[in-house]
Amino acid sequence: MKIFTLIPVLFVGALLLYAAKDFPEWGSPSGPASDSPVSSHFIANTGVDTEVPNMVTAVLADYRGFDTMFETVVVFIAGMAVIAILKNSGRKKPVRREYEVDAEPDLIVTNTVRLLIPVIQIFAFYVLAHGHVSPGGGFQGGVLMGASFILVALSWDLETALARFPMQWTTIVAGLGIVLYAGIGIFSMFLGGEFLDYAELAKVFPVSREMARYHAMLGVEIGVGLTVTAIMFSLYANLSSEGRLQRGL
Amino acid sequence: MENAIAWILIFPLLGSVACAILGIFNRKICYPIAVFSMAGSFWAGIETLIQVISVDGHIVSYLFGGWTLDAYPRGVGIEFHADILAILITLVVLGVGLIVALYSKLPVQEETPDKEPLFYTLFLLQITGLAGICLTGDAFNLYVLIEVAALTGYGLIAMGSNRAAAATFNYLILGTIGASLYLLGVGYIYIKTGTLNMVGIREVILAQGLAESPTMQVAFVLIGIGILIKMAFFPFHAWLPNAYCNAPTTTSSLLAPLVTKVMIYVMIRMILSVFGVEFSFESNLWTELLPWLVVVAIICAAVMALAQREIKRMLSYLIVAEVGYMVGGVWIYNYYGMIGSIFHIISDACMTLCLFLGTGIILRKCKTTHFDGLRGLFSKMPLTMSGFFIGGFSIIGLPPTCGFFSKWYLITGGMVSERWEYMVVLMFSTMVMVVLFFRMIERIYLAVSESGKNLGHGHGDLGLNEEQTRFDEGPLSMVIPLLLAAATVMVIGIYNQNVVDLIELFLEAFDLPKGTMR
Amino acid sequence: MLEEGNIINELLIERLNYFIYVVLLLIGLYGMIAKKNLIKKLIGMSIFQTAIILFYVSVAVKEGSTIPIYLPEHDPHGHTGDIKESNITDAIHAGPSVLKSELVKDYSNPLPHVLMLTAIVVGVGTLGLALALCLRIYQGYGTIEEDELLAKMESREIRSKSLSVQIPKEKSEISNRRKPPSKKGKPQPTSKSKSVSKKKSVSTSKSENQVSVKSSRSQKNKKAVKKVVGSKVSNKGNKS
Repeated sequence: MKIFTLIPVLFVGALLLYAAKDFPEWGSPSGPASDSPVSSHFIANTGVDTEVPNMVTAVLADYRGFDTMFETVVVFIAGMAVIAILKNSGRKKPVRREYEVDAEPDLIVTNTVRLLIPVIQIFAFYVLAHGHVSPGGGFQGGVLMGASFILVALSWDLETALARFPMQWTTIVAGLGIVLYAGIGIFSMFLGGEFLDYAELAKVFPVSREMARYHAMLGVEIGVGLTVTAIMFSLYANLSSEGRLQRGL
Repeated sequence: MENAIAWILIFPLLGSVACAILGIFNRKICYPIAVFSMAGSFWAGIETLIQVISVDGHIVSYLFGGWTLDAYPRGVGIEFHADILAILITLVVLGVGLIVALYSKLPVQEETPDKEPLFYTLFLLQITGLAGICLTGDAFNLYVLIEVAALTGYGLIAMGSNRAAAATFNYLILGTIGASLYLLGVGYIYIKTGTLNMVGIREVILAQGLAESPTMQVAFVLIGIGILIKMAFFPFHAWLPNAYCNAPTTTSSLLAPLVTKVMIYVMIRMILSVFGVEFSFESNLWTELLPWLVVVAIICAAVMALAQREIKRMLSYLIVAEVGYMVGGVWIYNYYGMIGSIFHIISDACMTLCLFLGTGIILRKCKTTHFDGLRGLFSKMPLTMSGFFIGGFSIIGLPPTCGFFSKWYLITGGMVSERWEYMVVLMFSTMVMVVLFFRMIERIYLAVSESGKNLGHGHGDLGLNEEQTRFDEGPLSMVIPLLLAAATVMVIGIYNQNVVDLIELFLEAFDLPKGTMR
Repeated sequence: MLEEGNIINELLIERLNYFIYVVLLLIGLYGMIAKKNLIKKLIGMSIFQTAIILFYVSVAVKEGSTIPIYLPEHDPHGHTGDIKESNITDAIHAGPSVLKSELVKDYSNPLPHVLMLTAIVVGVGTLGLALALCLRIYQGYGTIEEDELLAKMESREIRSKSLSVQIPKEKSEISNRRKPPSKKGKPQPTSKSKSVSKKKSVSTSKSENQVSVKSSRSQKNKKAVKKVVGSKVSNKGNKS
């Protein structure tokens, strides 16, 4: 039986490798992808258009900002769908298995984590804000921030983490992130440009067009970070407790 | 309003976030928000249609982020490229979404209690994804929007019972394979052309003569297989019957008419606009092989539909057969076949909507969709049944419903290009569908039991007592959308010439043969 | 075997990176299709998506280039660092300016990195949703092996089908039984109805056995069937 599944898999592999001899050399700077007008424009003109040193963040949040908005929407959908699938689905009281033991939160772990979490959260803010000049940005910062809440849930228990970040607030914060992103876009539209045309914000703020893009990118990244934080924690809370939101891992 | 094309997506997006946030406080507010967002989006779609028709060249090009084409190279920003085909299919998506949003009030309350805000959030995001797929002009943006539509689809289906969750898992695995193969194909295109904009890719292929390169051919195959998996073309159709049967009523009414048809639009877009007619159809392998695979697909789907005893499952197999029609219409490489395929996308969405809406009302009233539970329904629910059967007649292909005209063009295409196998299988499956629907009419109207024995005494007596044949129509919030859908089927059929004129206007830019190719 | 132009040479030496990504992709694809455990399928999906991401990132590489972040000498905000240690000979600019085209090849291509940020996030979302589905399936069926799952689903479907199909047949039987004696008193229709009802009683007893074997909840149903069969037997006894 497994031979039958091996045949289409090998066929796909042969198909993919058939084109390999046609690819440009690995690392050649004159290949069509590396030499195209699009990517040359990104490398040469990011400073002029947006004054952001990090080309990847500029492309992500400004040139292809519409894609990033839908990426944030995908994160939001994942969170909402997990809640929708797992809500009211299992037993009301969790089943106690023989190997499960009620453990007290350990002294060393909790005190270490108590010292670490503020540092992690400040680092998350740093990564988010410095996405313009170093590798970083909304997604990366958001994941770090969400991880700090998951760390609380792991060291103490899920109820403690939920007391700090209740499940309803995760939905609200995630939604606010998308509203912030789309709101900046709609505001630009009302000012006369296209959707997500940040340069039009120069008409209300006392900055040049390029700096308007710079600052709007930060706003957009904050929106992304909010959504990712909330959904990371919400995914953990729902998956670890099978939707019941009690007695997680 | 020149930003109408952006508002098509913004209304459902903001509506879904509003449903998610405000739904925490008050569950009942989600239904009006959903209807209002869909209405706003539909209005923006009509505005864009007017713009597309009135502008020279019939293309509306909208660049997000302000990276307009006069100052920056093409492909620097993301473009929404709305030509006639795109805006027609977008309007179909928005219209179906509006009708299902109106219909959804009672089924959502009953089948997924406590989860209404989540349902409407996912519902509106699904419409955003589908409408965006139809409008976008950027290959990677298309992947992101396909994933938006897919993830919301998985969430919407799995909100139902446990069986739904098991069916969704299979759908998820196959859907991820399909979307990832599409992504890999786009990667192969990018490594050779250096741009992701659909018009830009076409320009590079023409300028550098990349039609012969193995990379582009493999990219075409990968994208083709990926999209065929996502549109449930035989033999990748295994996920569709389970997923649509076990889903909640509103979910199947939304997904069944739209998801597979939008994927067929993606296939047409890739063939015509990205790779070009000469590239796609020059290889004999595809144009010879695929119509035969289509023949096998339609026969298998029609036979499986005959074997079913339950309405929803029968309709799912009919969807597989309809997908076969449309894929065949494209790949017989003929002008009339292409018109037939595009018109069939529009008409199939409407008639599948009618059938699934009617099935939802039957399920609500009779608590079963098995054939045995359907006796006497015509006197009990005449409005629902007439709406249901208008959809049925359209699938069979009776004039003046729109199904007749789309089948007419498909058969003309098959005849003109001398593809007798395609024409014969179209007629065969039409006969099978006649048998299917008239068997149902017999059961509903004449009370014939499983073994064929007439349970009543003589003509019209159903063997049921007075109580079971009393007029007991479904709730108004469900019947009115069904009648709207049935009216749309009739209106598109009556005004078919206008729609076909628009499609022909679109196809003028491409050079499809009008006669035989052999 | 390893000379120029041979296919092995091409695959394994010149295009080694693409070969590795394709092998990873095939491992992932095989896992998704062939494995029976749902979690193993998800691991395969993750490997599959990772291979595609690696492929895209490899497109962005340029030999001898640095990451796509402007070096201090090209920084758009003007030069802010210490210039004594560096070897720059260009004039220091005060504001942003277009990068000279021969310097473009010193930076990697940023576009595939951006695309793959999106693809990674989409993959994570799909994985989270799939794990929630696995949880739900386990809660409902108690297993995450595909063959056991199919067997359990089929057995539940047969159980629910036999329950739901019972009811319309019974109604027709009851109505059939009541009407003939009142409308037509002739022996022929009654004998026809008797033979039909006998056939129906055989089928109901068979399905009754099915019901009793498959489900223990349908006590009420079984009793109703027994009543019908019992009264039919008594009716037959009366008539004969």
